[in-house]
Amino acid sequence: MKPGFADTVFGAQESFAALMEAMARPGRIQRCEVLTDLPEGLTPAAAAALLTLADAETPVWTDAAGAAREWIAFHTGAPLVGAPRAAQFLLSTGAMPALAALDAGTDEIPQDSATLIVQLCTLTDLRGWRLTGPGIETSHRLAAEGLPTDFTAQWAANNANFPRGVDLILCAGDRLAALPRTTRIEEAG
Amino acid sequence: MATLARASADQIESLLEAAPPLPGHRVIRGPEIGLTMLRGRAGGDGAAFNLGEATVTRCSVSLDDGTLGHCWRLGRDRRAAEIAALLDAALQGPDLHASLLAAVVEPLRQRQAQAASLIARRAAATEVRFATLAAMR
Repeated sequence: MKPGFADTVFGAQESFAALMEAMARPGRIQRCEVLTDLPEGLTPAAAAALLTLADAETPVWTDAAGAAREWIAFHTGAPLVGAPRAAQFLLSTGAMPALAALDAGTDEIPQDSATLIVQLCTLTDLRGWRLTGPGIETSHRLAAEGLPTDFTAQWAANNANFPRGVDLILCAGDRLAALPRTTRIEEAG
Repeated sequence: MATLARASADQIESLLEAAPPLPGHRVIRGPEIGLTMLRGRAGGDGAAFNLGEATVTRCSVSLDDGTLGHCWRLGRDRRAAEIAALLDAALQGPDLHASLLAAVVEPLRQRQAQAASLIARRAAATEVRFATLAAMR
C-alpha cells in the first residue's frame, strides 16, 4: 500500500486550492503535484483530487482495480459503490461513463450532483475546443485526448439540463482542468 | 492488539530492547489524532445515545514486504500508535510472531492484568453488603 498525502492537512489544502482555481477558471490548467508515489493506474492530479474531495460520507465510484482501488478505499474512507448513478464522486481511469448515467441532482438541490474526475493521457490549452461561459472572459482553448467520440454531444445535453448537471475535472499527469456544468464547448479547428 | 493499544510507548519500547529487531517499515497513514463518538446504552434495552467524544490516535504502517499493520488507540500518544501498528504488522509474519508475542505482548498482558486486579481488589475492599446490613439490624 502506498501512502496518501505526506501531510494530510497541507496536502489536501494545496490540491483543494488547485481544484477551486480550476473550477473558477474553467479550462485553465492547474498543476497539482502533491502526490508523487502512487499505486499503478493512478496519476497525481486525479488521485489528489479524489483524496481531497471524497470522505466517509460521499459514495465513490471508480473503475480502477487492484492496488489502486484498495488505495482509494483506504485513504478516502469512502464507500465504493458499483452503480455510477449512486456515486457523488467518480474517478474514471479507462472509458468514461456516460454523463447521462450520473446523478445530475434535482432542480431543488442541483449542488447534490455528481463530480466526475477523468484521468486522461494528455491535456493542453494550446489547441482544441473553444470554451465559453462563466469564469471565461472571452474564450479559452482546451484539448483533451481520451474522451469518448460523442463527448461534445454528451456535454451539450449536460448543459441543457441546467441547473442540474454533472461537473467534470479532467486530469492528465499532474495537470488538471475543470469543466463546470455552465461551460459551453464548441468544436474548433 | 488490545494489549498493545493500552500500553504506553515507554512500556513497549523498554520491552522491545530485549526482542528481536523489527523489520523496516514506512508509515502510510498518520499517526494522526482525531475524535470518535462514544455511544452508550442505558440498560440492556435502552436506545443508543451519544455519551461524549474521546480522542483517538490512529496509524497504519506497511512493512517492506507489503504487510499492513494498523493501530487505533485512545489518547494522543502518536509514538505508541506507530510502534503498535508496526508490531501489529510484524506479528502477522510467521518468523517473528512467537518471539514478539513472548517478548512484548505477554509481559504487557500480565502487567495490565495485575494492574486491573489491583484496582478490582481495592474496590472490593470498600464493598458494602446491603443485604448483610439489613440482617444485622
